[in-house]
Amino acid sequence: MSGRYRGVAAIWKGATVSLRGTITGRLAVGLAVSALIFSACTSAAASASPAASIAVVASPSPVAGTSVAPSVAAKSLAPCGTVNIAENPWVGYQADAAVVSYLLEKKLGCTVVKKPIDEVVSWQGFPTGQVDAILEVWGHKDLYAKYVTTDKTAVDAGPNGAKGVIGWFVPKTFADANPSILTASTNPSVLNTFADQFKTSESGSQGQILDGDPSFVTEDAGIIAGLGLNYKVVYSGSEAASDKAIKAAIDQGKPILAYYYTPNWFSTQVDLVHVPLPAATPGCDTDVHKITCDYPPYDALYKVVSSKLASSGSPAFTLIKNFNWTNDDQNTVAAYIANNNMSDDQAAQKWVDANPTKWAAWLP
Amino acid sequence: MTAASMSLGRRAEVRLSRGRQLALLIGLWAVLYLIFNGKLTLAHSDDAPLFQSLNGVRDWIDANRTSLPLFVYVLDPIRDGIGWLIDALTWVFSNFSWLGVTAIFGAMGLVFVGWRTAILVVGAFVAFGLLSLWDQAIQTLVLILVAVVMSLAIGIPLGIVAGRSDRFLKVITPILDVMQIMPTFAYLSPLTLVFLIGPPAATIATLIYALPPAIRITALGIRGVSSEAVEAAESLGSTGFQVLRKVQLPMARSTIGLAVNQTIMMALSMVVITALINAPGLGESIIQALIKLNLGQTFDAGVAIVLLAMVLDRLTASASKVSDRRHRGLDAVSQVRRRTLVIGTWLAAAIVVVGAALLAIPQSFPADITVDLASPINSIGDWIETNLYVVTGGIKDLFSEWILNPLQTVLTSSPWPLVIIMAAGIAWIISGRRAAIAAAIALLLVVGLQLWEHSMETLALVIIAVAVTMLIGIGLGVAAARSNLFSAIIRPINDAAQTMPAFVYLLPAVALFGATRFTGILAAVIYAVPAVVRLVEDGVRGVSPTVIEAATAAGSSRLQMIFKVQLPMARRSLLLATNQGVVLVLAMVVVAGLVGAGALGYDVVAGFAQFNDFGKGMAAAISIVLLGVLLDRITQGAGARTTTASAARTARAFFSARAVGVS
Repeated sequence: MSGRYRGVAAIWKGATVSLRGTITGRLAVGLAVSALIFSACTSAAASASPAASIAVVASPSPVAGTSVAPSVAAKSLAPCGTVNIAENPWVGYQADAAVVSYLLEKKLGCTVVKKPIDEVVSWQGFPTGQVDAILEVWGHKDLYAKYVTTDKTAVDAGPNGAKGVIGWFVPKTFADANPSILTASTNPSVLNTFADQFKTSESGSQGQILDGDPSFVTEDAGIIAGLGLNYKVVYSGSEAASDKAIKAAIDQGKPILAYYYTPNWFSTQVDLVHVPLPAATPGCDTDVHKITCDYPPYDALYKVVSSKLASSGSPAFTLIKNFNWTNDDQNTVAAYIANNNMSDDQAAQKWVDANPTKWAAWLP
Repeated sequence: MTAASMSLGRRAEVRLSRGRQLALLIGLWAVLYLIFNGKLTLAHSDDAPLFQSLNGVRDWIDANRTSLPLFVYVLDPIRDGIGWLIDALTWVFSNFSWLGVTAIFGAMGLVFVGWRTAILVVGAFVAFGLLSLWDQAIQTLVLILVAVVMSLAIGIPLGIVAGRSDRFLKVITPILDVMQIMPTFAYLSPLTLVFLIGPPAATIATLIYALPPAIRITALGIRGVSSEAVEAAESLGSTGFQVLRKVQLPMARSTIGLAVNQTIMMALSMVVITALINAPGLGESIIQALIKLNLGQTFDAGVAIVLLAMVLDRLTASASKVSDRRHRGLDAVSQVRRRTLVIGTWLAAAIVVVGAALLAIPQSFPADITVDLASPINSIGDWIETNLYVVTGGIKDLFSEWILNPLQTVLTSSPWPLVIIMAAGIAWIISGRRAAIAAAIALLLVVGLQLWEHSMETLALVIIAVAVTMLIGIGLGVAAARSNLFSAIIRPINDAAQTMPAFVYLLPAVALFGATRFTGILAAVIYAVPAVVRLVEDGVRGVSPTVIEAATAAGSSRLQMIFKVQLPMARRSLLLATNQGVVLVLAMVVVAGLVGAGALGYDVVAGFAQFNDFGKGMAAAISIVLLGVLLDRITQGAGARTTTASAARTARAFFSARAVGVS
């Protein structure tokens, strides 16, 4: 203790000497006092109340204090630690992440950090450990080849369970009034006869196909070129903006042609009809700038986790690998979040309470 | 006739004839357009060969990242080192309770500045908590601190060298120019290519972006030291190092304080946007709000950012001013009193910290004490959306159809050589031969980047947004210069508006007008107007009172006074304002690519959102810089034509740092 006292005295003296009105001097005092406070604080925290040393803000450093104790020690599992889950920007994904995070935190005692980043950017997080898991991947064969097959920084964690469809949609009222638009699967150029009706200030003389977030899987520019359509891709910027535009068009009885997808809670709120393009055949989408068919069915939405997490023995990996649900499950949770304004945790808890047998099967 | 009014007449004459030349040139363009439109156009292609080769570069780097010595021995250790610094600082913060952090920063405010700042600081930190943004604010603060410390460690030495060596200054000035023109957004994809995603990459982006003002203003400060002082020191036999250490640095201290301040403000505007490459903090809240179109959430995060900016600004700007005053012995407070205050304050802070730790006050602000600003804001937004739809939709459609579409059509369907010649001609008339050459080269390079059509579309957006910005900015600026009351009202609003990063303005614009090009223009105008108002006001207020008196005596009416005297006399400030307007508008139009502004901005967004569009995104980022150079050269050069060119340049260096930095 005397050592510390001497040290403090030296700092004290130094501080008063250098205090002659210089900013450096004052900063030095500040630093010295901070150091003092800091040591006092940590020792006090350690001795007086362990609860005072606190979970770390974002990325816990190895030296960081106690992590939150598991609330339910299910079996004798390996400690879970921190799991970084990418949160891609659509509510369906948010529902996946909400339920998985809830279970990881409440049932396995993990610390979950959700990272709101785009699909492609998420994969870049595997090599540096910024991302441990992506819960709903739509296709992305090129990224799969690079990160899973070649670099081996990520591993396939099996299907998500939901079955995806991407395509072009119009309001049902529009399809009823113009049934010929549904013949686009055999005669895609019929779409050109409707181009005028889908025109907006953004598409100029062409028809508008309203795409969503620029980061979503989209081949629309290639499809327009491949099928020779008089259309222009316009991006709404986000799923929410697309939802809003579609709802506004339906409310106001205006035509709209939109890039859309299921599972999607919003599709349960509005009446949209899929405009089928020529069905996908092998090779029809090889040249991404000239695609002559509709999107393939995304029957196998899947999960990817970092190799680091997969080999860590963490129970989180097992839960993420086992996680597997249906379009209806996802839509239910997504609607809690987006329609009923619940927080992610509230929504997840509601679903978890209502479906105990489903998630029990995912636990390690 | 007085000398003043004579010189006034001459100026007006020069301006008129220049205006006439411009009108002639544009008339010529119109005629040639009618004859040649649609010929020699460059249609956009998403798979231009250049984009594919850039994709190839990316693939090669990705494939060899783990074996290239540059990555293994230089870049990766840098990234890991910065990552370690961030973790360490995060850990330090994590050991203090929220009460402790507030007390320490409050104490800094009291010791470095004064009690008013201390109250502001404490209020701001409590507000972070009340807005439920405590953790995010601290994360952002950590990233800023790391980035700024590194930025200053690099920037101040470089600035000192630039202050003492003309040759170095000459080399570095164009590089700094480009760095300041380059929109925040355009830094991201090259950086992810090298440093991948995450807080370290975000910090590196931030430190690079914040570097120019650190270098520039430091150099300005060193150069501002009177030559007599330097000569005196030299004649007394001081070595070069002694001159620097004992004369130049102490005398430039308040300017260097400004450099620190500006670097922090720049860092703040960048660090928010780095949320796109997975930086935690307030930017993340804004991105989430943007995805969900949650106006209230953006508002909360925007308020937190402004508060954080105010705290950092006051702590550094006022601290350097106060310390300078004290250093010069201008402060009345006695040494003994000060010493007591300093020690007393730190002790009080220490007691709060230790007390909070003993009482187990948590690290994060209690979640159940919140103020709900988001819900009322969202209700207002919803009301506007449902009730004003017809009005906003109508404005947007009219504007797009009658102004935006025609201009975009003219620019994209003019033969590209014609556009280049005309741009060079305009640059020549406004700013002289060198500007004309720079403009032509910039546009030729855009052709080479195979993004001509999108560049012209973006250019059209920028031209319109700048025109609207100048109209509003000059109006408000003149009003503020002529009325002290109006000035006093508008200044704090401007201050707050200028601290907001570009990002924050997107959502209100989207809420009103949907994701369209019009939204981009609107956001750009809102973003750029404050800086323009400030520069115009300063310019008009700077018109010499003798001239005003002379004009009044000659019987000028109020309008004559504004249009014939004040605005022409403030011409240099107007140009500077236009120049700033252009840089700010360009930055915003690009970010608005996220919400439907399309063209180059969208290409950049796609570049890091879509695997196959990486090359296009890179080329677009470079094209944006080239457009920036083009517009900057066209609007900045005229000042250099006048006899007081150097003064104008100095002012420009200062203001461009100030305006770009704060916004």
